[in-house]
Amino acid sequence: MNLAAKDIRHNLGRFALTTIGVGMLLMIVMGMGGIYRGIIEDATLLIDRIGADLWVVQRDTRGPLAEVSRVPSNLVYRVAAVPGVATSREFVYHTIQREHEGQPIRISMLGLSWPTDKGEWLPLVAGRALRQNHFELIADRSLKLQLGERIKLGKETYTVVGLTANMISSGGDGIACVTTSDAVAIQFDVAGEAVRLEREARRARGERYDITSQQPALLEQSQKPSAELPPIAPAQMSAVLVAVAPGHDAEQVAATIAAWGDVTVHSRDDQCALLLEGSVDKARRQIGLFRVLLTVIAAIIMALILYTLTLDKLHSIALLKLIGAPNTVIAGMILQQALMLGVLGYGIAYALGQRLFPQFPRRVILTQDDLLQLAVIVLVISVLSSLLGIWKALRVSPNEAIA
Amino acid sequence: MNNDFAIETVKLTKVYGSGNTEVVAMREASMRVRRGEVVALLGPSGSGKSTFLTAVGLINPPTSGQVVIGGRLVLDGPHARTNLSKFRRQHMGFIFQKSNLIPFLNACENVQIALQLNGRTRSVARRRAMELLDYLGVADRARNYPSMLSGGQQQRVAVARALANQPSVILADEPTAALDSHRGRQVMELFAKVAHENGAGVIVVTHDQRALDVFDTIYEMEDGVIRPSQAAVPAE
Repeated sequence: MNLAAKDIRHNLGRFALTTIGVGMLLMIVMGMGGIYRGIIEDATLLIDRIGADLWVVQRDTRGPLAEVSRVPSNLVYRVAAVPGVATSREFVYHTIQREHEGQPIRISMLGLSWPTDKGEWLPLVAGRALRQNHFELIADRSLKLQLGERIKLGKETYTVVGLTANMISSGGDGIACVTTSDAVAIQFDVAGEAVRLEREARRARGERYDITSQQPALLEQSQKPSAELPPIAPAQMSAVLVAVAPGHDAEQVAATIAAWGDVTVHSRDDQCALLLEGSVDKARRQIGLFRVLLTVIAAIIMALILYTLTLDKLHSIALLKLIGAPNTVIAGMILQQALMLGVLGYGIAYALGQRLFPQFPRRVILTQDDLLQLAVIVLVISVLSSLLGIWKALRVSPNEAIA
Repeated sequence: MNNDFAIETVKLTKVYGSGNTEVVAMREASMRVRRGEVVALLGPSGSGKSTFLTAVGLINPPTSGQVVIGGRLVLDGPHARTNLSKFRRQHMGFIFQKSNLIPFLNACENVQIALQLNGRTRSVARRRAMELLDYLGVADRARNYPSMLSGGQQQRVAVARALANQPSVILADEPTAALDSHRGRQVMELFAKVAHENGAGVIVVTHDQRALDVFDTIYEMEDGVIRPSQAAVPAE
């Protein structure tokens, strides 16, 4: 006769409510683990998806995903000339916040090196890759933009031609892909008045030098758009991405490029490590610690619940002892109830989580390993939390049944 | 130790507290119950009857003295000479004033549990439990939980549980208090029948003077001391 099941069936409503409570608590523990995993996944996802062997970034910086990095746009050609480099492409990455249909929208802009990169590697769930080098945009679903929708960024209007899934930046913002020239245009978009003021300032500075009075054409040149001025450097990229040719050593190629004084080279693993140890490290550790704390709290609450359930049964336990039930039967009853509470609570946590987690603003990733780990933790918690109740039950004298 | 006796107590003494707060609940209480004998224990409240019964029932060990069951020394003072829990399960049946049923088991399961704890299979235990409930007139309430039974019905289920394992010792404390006179007498006669048929020793603490003729021997207890009754005369 399963005494644990009999007791539960007799107090079904109470046990059900208790289990739902434990389940919700475990769902939070599960969710914290999922958020933790989501942060790591989001941080490294872009690096993995882009798949570059080497990242050439501004000297002594950790790369554009971790901090601001500026390299000249002609660096892509210098890198391409290095022996062992199969392809080199420009990389532009920055985050903007705009208003779209009355709502604020944060977008991580990723520049694709047109025409070598049209975004075919992106995880498209609808639409297509880029077909022209301007005014087309591939957006992540989390940005809530629709296929064919038009959005104004800077002075231009872009059409959403493709939708991706789970292309999220380490900050949790959805990624939108345009060509590098469009990405730069969006990044360095300046209001018309600012342009006029800048040209005027240039002219004023030029007038202070004698050479402009001797050669007035120079003064006229200075008022042209900056893109038409040879002495002014062209727009800058965030990084250059390198694919190493088969049969060549990536470290050798990296060493060659790193010997230049103006850049630093990171491997793909370096980039991942820098991100995890840098920008997301504190969030990762905070959530990790919070998860541990929640697990301990769940254990304490389960122990108290089981202790209270045992206290309510003390008379029955004394009766069982009176009719000769061995301690193993009584301990088994409490342990089985603890395990039922834990297993059912875990099931409720999983079922609720499957429905609720997709509604969270940041990704909550439940991996098989994490779920298995939590299941083991719940089993251990169930056993440990039953010990308090068992300890109390074993101290009950059969005499108490007739007191 | 005489093997003819189902129960033998030798100078049982129970002292609660110590020093100024010391209370002697039972003083050198000795009793012998033969196999098949039904004994009544009479006495006013607070005389030590329940203390004696719980000592014999291996629930509340005495401070000194010995309890011998079926010729085997089980308690020597407060010291157990065997696994008391197992011994109770195999050899003893208890009935108390309050029915003391397990609230989350139905009537049948309350009887069944005593049998299953003693190693009976579920089907055998269930069949035996139903037979006992039928014999005691509560088979139709087998699926009811204790809270759905009247006091008398609860008590009959408790009696069925006590008899389930055909114990060699039955200890009952006011077992008929919640029963009408007819059922009360029926229970007492049942004890006598079990005692005579199975060779069990039965001690019944009772105030019910109407059924004293059922008992083979009557003892009285006062101020913790047991002596054979002078007032009541066993019927024969």
